[in-house]
Amino acid sequence: MPLKALTGNESMAEAMRQINPDVVAAYPITPATEVVQIFSSFVADGLVDTEFVAVESEHSAMSACVGAAAAGARVMTSTASQGLALMHEVLYVAAGLRLPIVLCEINRSLSAPINIHCDHSDTMGSRDAGWIQIFSENVQETYDNVIQAMKIAESSRIPALVTTDGFILSHCLERIEVLEDSEVQSFIGEYKPAYSLLDIENPITVGPLDLQDYYFEHKRQEIEAMREAKKSIEKVNKEFGDRFRRRYDFFESYKLNGAEIAIVALGSTAGTAKVAIDSLREEGKKVGLLKLRVFRPFPYEKLCEVLQKFKVVAVLDRSDSMSSTGGPVFTEARSALYDLTTRPRFVNYIYGLGGREITESDIKKVANEALKISKTGKIKELVQYLGVRE
Amino acid sequence: MKKYGWKELPLGAILKGEWSTENFPTGDWRSERPVWDEEKCTDCFLCWIYCPDSSIIIKDGKVTGINYDYCKGCGICANVCPPKVKAIEMIPD
Amino acid sequence: MVEIRWHGRGGQGAKTAAILFGEVAVSYGKYIQAFPEYGPERRGAPVRAFNRLDDNPILLHSPIDEPDVVVVLDQSLIEPAKVVEGLKEDGILLINTPDQPAEVRKKYKIKGKKISTVDASKISKETIGKELPNTPLLGALVKITRFVEFDRMVKDLKIQFKKKFRGNEKLIKGNINSLERAYKEVVSE
Repeated sequence: MPLKALTGNESMAEAMRQINPDVVAAYPITPATEVVQIFSSFVADGLVDTEFVAVESEHSAMSACVGAAAAGARVMTSTASQGLALMHEVLYVAAGLRLPIVLCEINRSLSAPINIHCDHSDTMGSRDAGWIQIFSENVQETYDNVIQAMKIAESSRIPALVTTDGFILSHCLERIEVLEDSEVQSFIGEYKPAYSLLDIENPITVGPLDLQDYYFEHKRQEIEAMREAKKSIEKVNKEFGDRFRRRYDFFESYKLNGAEIAIVALGSTAGTAKVAIDSLREEGKKVGLLKLRVFRPFPYEKLCEVLQKFKVVAVLDRSDSMSSTGGPVFTEARSALYDLTTRPRFVNYIYGLGGREITESDIKKVANEALKISKTGKIKELVQYLGVRE
Repeated sequence: MKKYGWKELPLGAILKGEWSTENFPTGDWRSERPVWDEEKCTDCFLCWIYCPDSSIIIKDGKVTGINYDYCKGCGICANVCPPKVKAIEMIPD
Repeated sequence: MVEIRWHGRGGQGAKTAAILFGEVAVSYGKYIQAFPEYGPERRGAPVRAFNRLDDNPILLHSPIDEPDVVVVLDQSLIEPAKVVEGLKEDGILLINTPDQPAEVRKKYKIKGKKISTVDASKISKETIGKELPNTPLLGALVKITRFVEFDRMVKDLKIQFKKKFRGNEKLIKGNINSLERAYKEVVSE
């Protein structure tokens, strides 16, 4: 496999080139600008067959994506932060119409105050829109996830959003192994849309009024599709691993064997956490990491299975749900284990908002506090804010 | 009419076949009906372009009438018919 | 793992140097990271860029606070940008300056660390035709750290430059010459 030095953004654009979608409609926004900028140069250079639609806003971008996908095209786009927020209402349309669009999302905080750096507020803001959500730890995963997402979306008929962390990964050059164009093409296969608005021999109605008597049934279908998508994800992960020797799952267990407490994290922080855990293990401290990769559909059963044996689980959230009782990963992970008769104690750490750095020593602090809770059984504060000044 | 459960419905509410709008006549929604005058009509097709229910019938390049099974009586056809032509008039249904 | 911090002014090529270094190291099969620090973008404002280099996959995605090497593209940044801050006790400080290491140490009262200097601005003016200290500093960096083999780096960079400068022979040659001269002219204590 060819070795390359690519940034997160470059790797997403490269994956898009190899996928060679029929339509890309996008609007630039920091830190995702490069993804479509690089991709549009591929279009200009004739390296792809894509129809590139330069629109006037992200709302239009997602709308054009929905139109193109309803016409039967393989469709991709990219955005970040305010852009994803502006797409918000159309995200639901894409999911409701069961259009397998793939969105390369660069995690960035939301205004106000204005900030261009990484946190997960934007992606978490659309967590209920009916999109599959996949997080990436590094540039290699960012690239691999985009390719897998195309196949997962198309086989489950649900749109998918692949995220990478703004600047930390989007603008970080790393060594990655890329696949050959032909390997990507044979992996994703030919796209056979479930329907096409342009098929005049088989006329269809798209987006009918669906009131009290039928809307609920269609939403129930969507919920079921998300449940079923877990099978698609498993299948695609397995096929990707078998073919290309890079294994993926809903989450990665890192040194969880023999651990007393577990840390849950997603995105680039998981890498830093691994380094912290290596060092804690050398000190004889029994600490492990669960790196959540797929946040939607939420891998409830598997998470429960793996986390139930720990005394304490410390969840790191790079966004807050403004509920005053913790971040989105915390509340969902904690709820997943509620029905067990003996279950771990859960604590939550909100960290890294607006790109605030998270270091090895921050994670060690979390681990040491969790170990203390494990010993004393006492939780002083359920939700803490890591690295914020008082 | 049978109320279908979620397992039986077309995915994403994408409708075709038995769900086609053809099977759901909307003519009884009407309070006014358009009356078309063949003598005055110049076959400019503006009414055909604008009709939201595809209820203007065209055969062999000529307007031949209005499909009252689906026409909701919105009056757009009468409105877009050029003032010098006035081939469509709305009357109480 | 080795960590490098580059200090420059917006437009001097600190980010480009970090990326070039990363690309060269990857062609050796090394694991790398190269990332700039993003703030308000202004030409002339102090900027920083970073490298990590290792034989094994790099997991850390936190900022670099205690680098092994600090490269300074502009001598005027030494005090205002606190370039020595966090540099490991036995770390290397590579500075673009016409001064000798001992002079720099005395002038800025730097204690400990290893200081190397090279007049990268002068070299770039004489070889490339304008002040672009980043390429020559890359040559000097390789000389003092031996992270990669110099001859192979020159060969790799020729390929990179061909793409970057769209085959402009004068620029390619100038940049290669600047690398070679800095490699020879860098002085260490």
